[in-house]
Amino acid sequence: MAEALLSLRINGESVHAAAPAHWTLLEVLRYRLDLIGSKQGCDKGDCGACTVQVDGEPVLACLTLACAAAGREVRTVEGLGWAPEARDGCHPLQDAFDRWDAAQCGFCTPGILMSAEALLRKAGRVVTREEVREALAGNLCRCTGYTKIIDAVVDASAMLVGPREQA
Amino acid sequence: MLRLPQFGVALPANVDAVVALLRDNPGARIVAGGTDILPNLKHRLDEPGMLISLAQVAELRSIAKVEHDGQAWVEIGAGNTLTQVSEDPQVRALFPSLATAAGLVASPLIRNMGTLGGNVNLDTRCRYVNQTKFWRQALGGGCLKSEGKVCWVVPTGRNCVAAMSSDCVPVLISLDAQIVLAGPQGQRVVPAASYFKADGLRHTVREDAELTTSLRVPVPTTPTRSAYAKWTVRKSIDFPLVSVALRFDLEADSVDAPVTKLVVVAGVLGAKPRIVSKLDDAIGKPLSDPALSRIVCAAVAKQCKPLENVPYEAPYRRRMFEVFTRRAIAELVAAG
Repeated sequence: MAEALLSLRINGESVHAAAPAHWTLLEVLRYRLDLIGSKQGCDKGDCGACTVQVDGEPVLACLTLACAAAGREVRTVEGLGWAPEARDGCHPLQDAFDRWDAAQCGFCTPGILMSAEALLRKAGRVVTREEVREALAGNLCRCTGYTKIIDAVVDASAMLVGPREQA
Repeated sequence: MLRLPQFGVALPANVDAVVALLRDNPGARIVAGGTDILPNLKHRLDEPGMLISLAQVAELRSIAKVEHDGQAWVEIGAGNTLTQVSEDPQVRALFPSLATAAGLVASPLIRNMGTLGGNVNLDTRCRYVNQTKFWRQALGGGCLKSEGKVCWVVPTGRNCVAAMSSDCVPVLISLDAQIVLAGPQGQRVVPAASYFKADGLRHTVREDAELTTSLRVPVPTTPTRSAYAKWTVRKSIDFPLVSVALRFDLEADSVDAPVTKLVVVAGVLGAKPRIVSKLDDAIGKPLSDPALSRIVCAAVAKQCKPLENVPYEAPYRRRMFEVFTRRAIAELVAAG
């Protein structure tokens, strides 16, 4: 099978990978770059487990052709810990998910973190539960019933804004 | 894990290059957001040798007011994502029903990827088609739209009745939008109302070598009220099971003013959206008049005949077409 050389920007780094032209971004991330945080769930756009950010927008890596992502800024869950707002390699969202027990089996968590991070970054304020529900509408979780996930995202938005603005 | 079939990918930089590639590579398919075609390819509903990606065609992504034939239009580039269409201030102000419909497509993730042009050209869908090849083989070898020679929805039918499942299409038809196509012979403009055909295998008049470049929506010249009603099982992510676009032109900017023109368009019936006819009795009645709602709902109930081509029983959906139309009119009246 002929492989094409891909030049991608992933989590702020330039990376090169050889992969077949018909591979999705998810396949290149997982099977060429060993970035296995993004999960392969339904593989057809229903579950959101593969969510990554392309130019800051959360999208489905399973339905993105890898070659179409060239020249764009891809961000995966592995890059969250390097964000300026992260502390000790842990993004406030990841910290909140830990404290609220928002992950059970954890399969949906990377995708949910990427959708939630985009929401918090664009909002720049404490978000409402309804906003979180809407932003996470494309990410399925079969364990938690979503309550603790929503709690964690709202809490993380408060942490990001800081105690002064909250009051 | 669903693997894509093998294909080459072309990444042209402009519309002319896309058209040249389409002309020179029969069987090549266009991919914009990929949210419709890639699942279909993963399900082996087609195996094209080449995909032509629109990822680098920046000229498809503008939204601008233009003048054509002495009329003001908003020209929406086909490459705008559904998120961009639903959030655009101009679209929200002038065509609220289009913003609503674009904002109701699938999930936020899919709206961040899927484009307006892709939604307009969304392949028809059917519960017997949009399945894995394994599933279709278990059924006995597919159907008219896949590998087989029979229709499982209309067992005696020779015509594919897969459903036009776009949320934006009924709205665009109701707003008298036009679809701009670029092809080897140059540009062609087709009214949205005559873009679709009652054939699930080939449900648009777009030629294989043509690319949808933009949608032109006329700026209303009279006060107007418009709405889009959609019913799905899950509110978060689904194709419509009931889909109705409504548009009422009014004599004055009040729901108590007489209606001068009304357009009602229903989707997810067959391959062609249905423009509801025989609504003349409603003209001249105020939008707030309950008699108007009764006339429109009766016409919808009579003319919109769902099939068992998408989930949920057809008789239930038929009833819900009427119910959702009534509620949409009531909401317009309540909003004033």
